Amino acid sequence: MTTAPAAAPDIRVPAVPAGRAGFGHLLLSEWTKLRSVRSTVWTLIAFVVVTVGLTVLISLAINGAWTGPRSASRDASVIADPVGAVLGLSLALGQLTICVLGVMVISTEYSTGVIRASLLAVPRRLPMLAAKAVVFAVLIVILAEIVVFGSFFVGSAILHSHVHVALSDPGVTRAVVGAGLYLTVLGLFALGVGGLIRHTAGGVSAVIGIVLVLPIIGALLPSGTVYDHINAYLPTQAGQLVAHVHRSSGDLLGPWQGFGVLCLYTAVALVAAGYLLRRRDA
Amino acid sequence: MIEARDLTKRYGDKVAVDHLSFTVQPGRVTGFLGPNGAGKSTTMRLILGLDRPQEGSATIDGKRYADLGNPLRTVGALLEAKSVHTGRSAANHLLFLAQSQGLPRSRVGEVLDLVGLREVAGKRAGGFSLGMGQRLGIAAALLGDPDVLLLDEPVNGLDPEGVLWVRNLMKHLAGQGRTIFVSSHLMNEMAVTADHLIVIGRGKLIADSATQDVIARSSGESVRVKTPDPARLAPLLTAEGASVSPVAEGPDAGTLLVTGLPAARIGELAASASVVLHELSPQLATLEEAFMELTAGSLEYGQHSAATAAAVPAATPGRV
Repeated sequence: MTTAPAAAPDIRVPAVPAGRAGFGHLLLSEWTKLRSVRSTVWTLIAFVVVTVGLTVLISLAINGAWTGPRSASRDASVIADPVGAVLGLSLALGQLTICVLGVMVISTEYSTGVIRASLLAVPRRLPMLAAKAVVFAVLIVILAEIVVFGSFFVGSAILHSHVHVALSDPGVTRAVVGAGLYLTVLGLFALGVGGLIRHTAGGVSAVIGIVLVLPIIGALLPSGTVYDHINAYLPTQAGQLVAHVHRSSGDLLGPWQGFGVLCLYTAVALVAAGYLLRRRDA
Repeated sequence: MIEARDLTKRYGDKVAVDHLSFTVQPGRVTGFLGPNGAGKSTTMRLILGLDRPQEGSATIDGKRYADLGNPLRTVGALLEAKSVHTGRSAANHLLFLAQSQGLPRSRVGEVLDLVGLREVAGKRAGGFSLGMGQRLGIAAALLGDPDVLLLDEPVNGLDPEGVLWVRNLMKHLAGQGRTIFVSSHLMNEMAVTADHLIVIGRGKLIADSATQDVIARSSGESVRVKTPDPARLAPLLTAEGASVSPVAEGPDAGTLLVTGLPAARIGELAASASVVLHELSPQLATLEEAFMELTAGSLEYGQHSAATAAAVPAATPGRV
């Protein structure tokens, strides 16, 4: 029952440096994972198109209807918060693409089974999640800052004849930078939720629920100290404050306080995801 | 070397692996045999740290898998379940694994060559056939030049050429002194591949011995012998204590079915008497029978005993 010997496959690794691969190698590995699937590219293209495109459309719409009938109060609010007027709605929709990507970078590992290969390579597990979060955050913060600054410049140029807004105006640079930071941390929050739910559809539904539905429910709550606090501390309500130039009279939190609240939610989601990643069978 | 000690895994109240202890030695191919649902894949997942055992432990060269630095350089694994992103190319799948271990990028091309997937390296793995997927899994397992290999049903979905290739590769790697632990529910495949067998049923150890011994333990061991001169050969064999039954009907009429003598001895006897043999083949289904016999014992008190009894007639030698 002997068979002919195999064509002597040589499977020796030539001159591989010994020693442990460090966290830097894991970052490189996670970057390869992230860039090598089409969903990343398409989601990020959608993010750029939606955010910049909506900014242009809204700025043109405001510009076209300036001092038109019934637009006095709208014009006043644009003057009061030009960054919010230019970026507000495009962020509200652009953030959804970042949330979807955040969930998917981890949930597709489970749906395709590649998580098993990942965990065989990094059996301690937590360094894999940490590297994934770092690579994702760096990519998103760079892209998001480029996109929000680009949107701001395009939008403010379109509105130039009616509202003059510059980065040197008080609070404007912070608001624009803050918009990019908000998107990044929200993306990490989504990544944490994706790691907890381990399922793309479920994870996306949960994050969309938190981002879109919770504020609507919050707005329906009756006025009162307790309800106002619940509203103010919702992840996106709090987090978006950093992208506002001026503090509204009703705001319970300052811009960085609000951002800090979102960071806390994100930390809790990531720590919980890490804890369960260690505990659960893969 | 792989060591499992008292390994136990329960999912709810179902016991998948039940106080399993065994050692897998280097330098030979060790087959891990059991019917579907016996706990083979679970055992491998426990060894690889993907699942946590409720009791017991598994070590590789004395260490838990999670404690290995750069584990892919020590252990290569092919899992039964898919573990490749369908949208990622074969090369990128191997690249991220190589990078995570600090292996050079050139290693990706080497293992792709080794498994014959170089030409589809840039193609998305989702479009791969079952056999190509298995080859990619084997490439991933060999990426870090590991001394220990765990292969869960590696020949699943492979064409005959691929089956032969995997068989030769495993023997070659074992010949280099590596530890090869390969699971299968195909007993015939194990009979020609494995030097040693670990047989489990319902999560419990049934047998842990050399492949030859497992076959020999079977009461129904038989060898097919075709000769133009059965009248001369048969008495020689019966004189050695074998029982010989000629096949009376069908295309195989005149063939002898010999039990109680190994094929090697039958060949020697025929040669010494200058009897021409046209065929001398151990009936591989005998391992299947041995296996059924072994596992039937373990299933006897279980609810599946009826199913096993029904399966035994299907394993008759005539079917091979």
